[in-house]
Amino acid sequence: MSPAAATIPAVGRTRISLPALAAGSLVLVTTALVFVFFVAPDDANQGFSQRIFYFHVSIAITAYACFAGAAWNALRHLWKRDPRADLQSYVCVHQGLIFGTLVLLTGSIWAKISWGHWWLWSEDQLVLFLVLFLFYCAYFMLRFSVDPGPQRANLSAVYALFGVVLIPVSFAAIRLAKNLIHPVVFTLHGPNFGGWILATYCLAQSAMLVLAYTLYRVELSGKRLDLRLRRLREVLA
Amino acid sequence: MTTSEKYVTAAYCVVFAVVLVYVLIMALKLQRLEREVDELAGRVPEDEAEEAPRETAQVG
Repeated sequence: MSPAAATIPAVGRTRISLPALAAGSLVLVTTALVFVFFVAPDDANQGFSQRIFYFHVSIAITAYACFAGAAWNALRHLWKRDPRADLQSYVCVHQGLIFGTLVLLTGSIWAKISWGHWWLWSEDQLVLFLVLFLFYCAYFMLRFSVDPGPQRANLSAVYALFGVVLIPVSFAAIRLAKNLIHPVVFTLHGPNFGGWILATYCLAQSAMLVLAYTLYRVELSGKRLDLRLRRLREVLA
Repeated sequence: MTTSEKYVTAAYCVVFAVVLVYVLIMALKLQRLEREVDELAGRVPEDEAEEAPRETAQVG
């Protein structure tokens, strides 16, 4: 093996194949949609519009999970110098931003129905999530302003680790806010709902997590292939 | 269809559209990678053909 080929990160061994994950995502998302529209009852206060909650909250928690995954991989990069961790952290942040965009879009639509406004700057929860989102947008500006190499990987890792601090702040903001317009669905005593609503939420949450993991695996495979091809070109040049 | 039903439908359509756009971008990227692999694979026989006489000379 040539030295250049030795530096190419090999595709890791994974237990679940990508087609199986994709099929699982499709089945889970479809089932979740059926439950959302045909099984879950209307909310007593918000009526039909409450059905946005199932995907909105699931997507928000999935975005947090992606950012937490990015921080974990960043830690692995800094601590164990795992050559695959930097790319994994980057893909996690990218996934987190896609799901973060969905949180903002679905949240705005829900806000318009419930409060009559697309956005309320007075709501700490909304503003803090936007801050979190913009913080991770800046991750890409930092990453692509530095040439590829160990320095870029280290800077990106440190930034991703800092970002994870904002997750509990964003999550807790709703509970600390004085003006409780945004509904609280999870308290210290458990979820504020039960029965079919809870079952539908759990299904939607599983669907979003599996979908995010599938998209993560697809993107990671593409990025690794791209990297390997670039290095092969360098070797062949 | 009531206003709230329209908004809920819009929210789920937005989710579907964003995921669809993401998958399309990924598919385009993979197509590009496939073309690059084909291009590299096409270069391999030429390189081998160029190197073959040199190898024979070294053995002799």
